[in-house]
Amino acid sequence: MEEALRQAGLKLEEIKSVISTGTGRKRVPFAQKQRTAMSCHAKGAYFLFPQVRTVIDVGAESSAAIRLSADGKIEDSVGNDKCAAGTGIFLDAMSRMLRVSLGEMGAESLKATGTVPISSMCVIFAESEVVSHVHKDPPIPCANILAGIHDSIVDRLFGMAQRVGMEPEVVMTGGVSKNVGIIRAMESKLGAKVLVPEDPQIVGALGAALFAQQENGIRESC
Amino acid sequence: MLTMGIDIGSRSTQCVILEDGQLLTYGNIETGPNSTENSRAAVEAAIHRRDELWGEYRMQLPNTDTSHLRIEDMAYIVATGYGRVVVPFANANITEISCHARGAHWFVPGVSTILDMGGQDCKGIRVNERGEVTKFIMNDKCAGGTGRFMEIIAAIIQLPLPEIGPISLESTKKIPFNTICAVFAKSEAVALMKDGASKADILAGLHEAISARVLALLKRVGIEEKFVITGGIAKNVGVVRKVEDKLGGLKATIPAEPQIAGALGAALFALDRARKKAAENTSRTICSAPGKEAAPDQGLIP
Amino acid sequence: MEANYGYCDASGDYFIVINTDDCDGCNRCVEVCPQSVLALVVDDYEETVAAVGEAFRKKLKESCAACKPVGKRLLPPCIESCAMNAISHSW
Repeated sequence: MEEALRQAGLKLEEIKSVISTGTGRKRVPFAQKQRTAMSCHAKGAYFLFPQVRTVIDVGAESSAAIRLSADGKIEDSVGNDKCAAGTGIFLDAMSRMLRVSLGEMGAESLKATGTVPISSMCVIFAESEVVSHVHKDPPIPCANILAGIHDSIVDRLFGMAQRVGMEPEVVMTGGVSKNVGIIRAMESKLGAKVLVPEDPQIVGALGAALFAQQENGIRESC
Repeated sequence: MLTMGIDIGSRSTQCVILEDGQLLTYGNIETGPNSTENSRAAVEAAIHRRDELWGEYRMQLPNTDTSHLRIEDMAYIVATGYGRVVVPFANANITEISCHARGAHWFVPGVSTILDMGGQDCKGIRVNERGEVTKFIMNDKCAGGTGRFMEIIAAIIQLPLPEIGPISLESTKKIPFNTICAVFAKSEAVALMKDGASKADILAGLHEAISARVLALLKRVGIEEKFVITGGIAKNVGVVRKVEDKLGGLKATIPAEPQIAGALGAALFALDRARKKAAENTSRTICSAPGKEAAPDQGLIP
Repeated sequence: MEANYGYCDASGDYFIVINTDDCDGCNRCVEVCPQSVLALVVDDYEETVAAVGEAFRKKLKESCAACKPVGKRLLPPCIESCAMNAISHSW
C-alpha cells in the first residue's frame, strides 16, 4: 500500500474504499471488505481484456481456471491450493536444483532443441525425474530439461482449464504468467495465442479495486 | 519343488525362495539402477541369506545350506513390483496387488484387509479366504500418501527414519496440518521448527495427516478383520498406532517380516503355475507316448 | 473384484472403479472414450476385463477433465455406454 501510495503521490486518508483479496485477505488491517481471489481475477482480467472468456491464474502456491460469460460473469471455475502440481512452487524448486534464476528460466527454455517428457504429476516425484535427466550420459541440454518442466506445468493447467470448458480468448494471470516459457508452452498446447496483461501479478488487486469502485459508486448515487 | 518370487520396489528389492510352499530363504537389498544386475543381486542375497537393509532376520528359517542354489534350480519364477517387466529370468509377471494379497494371506490366514505402503505408493486390498483380491485401491501418483512423505519428514526434522515413529508418540501438543501435499507440509514444518515447536509435536501432526489420508483410501475398499499392514510403513509405530486409534481400536497384525510379503506372494503364484505345468506334462506323457496302451493279449505269440 | 484405478492427491480423490465381476468384456467403454483411457486386459486371475491403461492411472484428473465438467450433471460416455453398470468415477 505504501509503495502504491508513494507512486501515485497520495495519502491513505484519500483512499475512499479498500477491498482485500488473496490468501491473506483477512489480515489486511485497512481493508473494509474482502472478496475471493477468483472473482477479483475474473473482474481484473475482463477489465483489461473484455474479449476474455477463460482466465487461467497461476500463482506461487495455487492455480485456478475461470470461464466467463460475454458480460464478464463467472460461469464455471475450478481452483487448487492444496496440491503443488501446476503451481509456481515447482518452478521455484527446479530453479534451485538447476541453478537457473526464476527470472531467466522461461527465456532459457525457449532455446530448447527438444523437450524431455516428465511423466510424474507430483512435484516431488518430478524432481527425482529431473535429477535423473540431469545425470544422463550423454548430457541433455539444460534448455531441453527446462522445456520439459514448463510443458509439465502447462499440462496440469490445461487439464484444469478443460474442466471449466476452455473458450477463446484465453488470458493468463498471476506471477507465473510472467514466464515466457510458460506462455510459449501454453500457446503450443492450445494452438492459439494467449493474452497476458502487462503486469499479470496485479490483476487480482486490480479486480478488488474495481469492486471497491463499483460498490462505492452505487452508494454515492443513492 | 523350488519356486522363487522377486519383488522390485522403488527403494528395496526382495527375493524369496520356497520349497514346496515352505519358506526356505529370502534376501533384501537396495534397488540398484540396472534391473538385470539388481535382480541377480537379490537372488544372491537370498541364496546367501543377506538382509542388507535391516540387518537381522526376523523369521525362523530352516537350518539348511542354501548357498549352492542356482536360478536354474527353480521350477518357476514370478516377478512383481515396479520392475516386474524387467527380470529377464522370470517365467511370468504378476501385479504387486495380487502378490501382496497372497503374501499377506500366507502370513495371516484370516486376513481380510491389507494396507501396504512402500517408498512411492500406498495400496488398500481386500482379500477373500483363499487370498484372492476382491477389491483394491492404489495411489502411486502423489508423494503425500507414501513412504516418500516419511523420508521428507525425517530429513526436515533431522532424525533417522526409524526414529520418527517412536518420537512422534512423545507428543504433548496437537499441531494440525491442513494439507497432505508433501511440498506444502514441508514448508509448514520448516516454519514450525523455526518457531520453536517441538520435534515430537511436529512429527505427531504429520503422522496424523498421513494416517487420515491412509484411512480415507482404505475406507473406499472397506476395513474388516483381520487387518494386516505390510511394507516399510509397518515399521512406523506412530502411523500404526494412529490408524488403529481411528479404527476404534481394531488392531493391526504386522507380519514378522512385512517387507517380503510381495516376493512371498509371487513365489506362491510360482508354485501354483509350476504345479499346473507339472500336471499338464504328466497327462501329456500318458496320452502321447506311442504303444503304451497295452493290448490285453500282448503276451500271446501269434 | 472391484478395481479402483487412479490416485488421491491433496486436491481430491480421482478413481475410476471397475467391477470386474460385472464387466463382460464388451469393449464399448474402450471404444467411446475420447482419450483412450480404457483398455481390455487379461488380469491376474485370467479374466478379460476393462481396465484403465497404465499410462493414464496417474493422470485421471486431466484425461477425464473434458468429460467431467464442473457444474454440469452429464455422465461421462464410458459410464453411459456400460450395459452392466460396471464402471464409475469417484469424483
